[in-house]
Amino acid sequence: MKRRLLLFLPLIAFLGLAAFFYYRLGLDPSYRDSALIKRDFPAFSASTLKDPERRVDESLLKGEVTLVNVWGEWCPACKQEMPQLLDLADRGIRMVGVDYRDTREKGQQFLEEFGDPFELNIFDPDGDLGFDLGVYGAPETFLVDADGVIRYHHTGYIAPEDVRDVIVPEVEKWQ
Amino acid sequence: MAIIRWLLAALLMTTAMTLATGVLAGGIEVRDFDSPVQKTRYHDLTSSMRCPLCENQAIGDSDAPISGDMRDRVYTLLQDGKSDTEIVNYMVQRFGEYILYNPRLDNRTYLLWGIPVALLLAGALLVVLLVRARRNASVASLSADERARLDELINRKRSP
Repeated sequence: MKRRLLLFLPLIAFLGLAAFFYYRLGLDPSYRDSALIKRDFPAFSASTLKDPERRVDESLLKGEVTLVNVWGEWCPACKQEMPQLLDLADRGIRMVGVDYRDTREKGQQFLEEFGDPFELNIFDPDGDLGFDLGVYGAPETFLVDADGVIRYHHTGYIAPEDVRDVIVPEVEKWQ
Repeated sequence: MAIIRWLLAALLMTTAMTLATGVLAGGIEVRDFDSPVQKTRYHDLTSSMRCPLCENQAIGDSDAPISGDMRDRVYTLLQDGKSDTEIVNYMVQRFGEYILYNPRLDNRTYLLWGIPVALLLAGALLVVLLVRARRNASVASLSADERARLDELINRKRSP
């Protein structure tokens, strides 16, 4: 009898694998956590988008929970995301932008056209800060806590429902 | 007349082809390496890291902007005299373990690396057990009752 039960082993293994693969089918294979979670916001020194003379560095992000949004004029999803970012700014969340791989004129035009939720924008024309942040496609959004530590990372477009369901709860968690 | 037209067409074709190759050459990155060894290291490194955006391409043969940035950075770091491990760590710090085609052994990947070894050992164990079971089976002798029954069966078959 015991031997007979052993014959079911392959079937059990098969069912186990089938269940595992079925579960994985429902997940987004491109989803992964940023390597920077729980790490300090990378050190940088850059000018602001509006004022080439004004230099800012990572100390800019200390003292208050901040959403850092990486965008560019060339990025269509960034345009669709702007109403949500304006909404977040209206809720009193501090927003800092990174104008990634862009020119000053195009970046400023973009803000005039689509609104400006940002306290200020870090100008990153060569994508150096973006590289240190591990940005591989805009838009990307990082939640930085009051100590300047990255706590949450959102890859891609923030949909209107993401504001309420994901972003606001995350911000509240670290406030 | 026909010849002139033919010549003209040939000339146009050649110009177009030259222009086309010119455009293509513009897309190819030309890098100067200090040594052939450095060149090999560059190629090994860029083919061992996965493009963060395109998932199934190495940064060495991907056209994604981020792959271009990463190749540039690999090149700069090589020029700065960084070791392969330092360069890989530098990239993993920014883009995560994900970019490694050969994941490192840690508590998240021990299953990945361990299962083949475990299966191999389990298979070997199974073979040993089966061989031993079979050997025991052939050696095991029949009890007196069983032998009597066996004789009876054989005899019944022989004399129908």
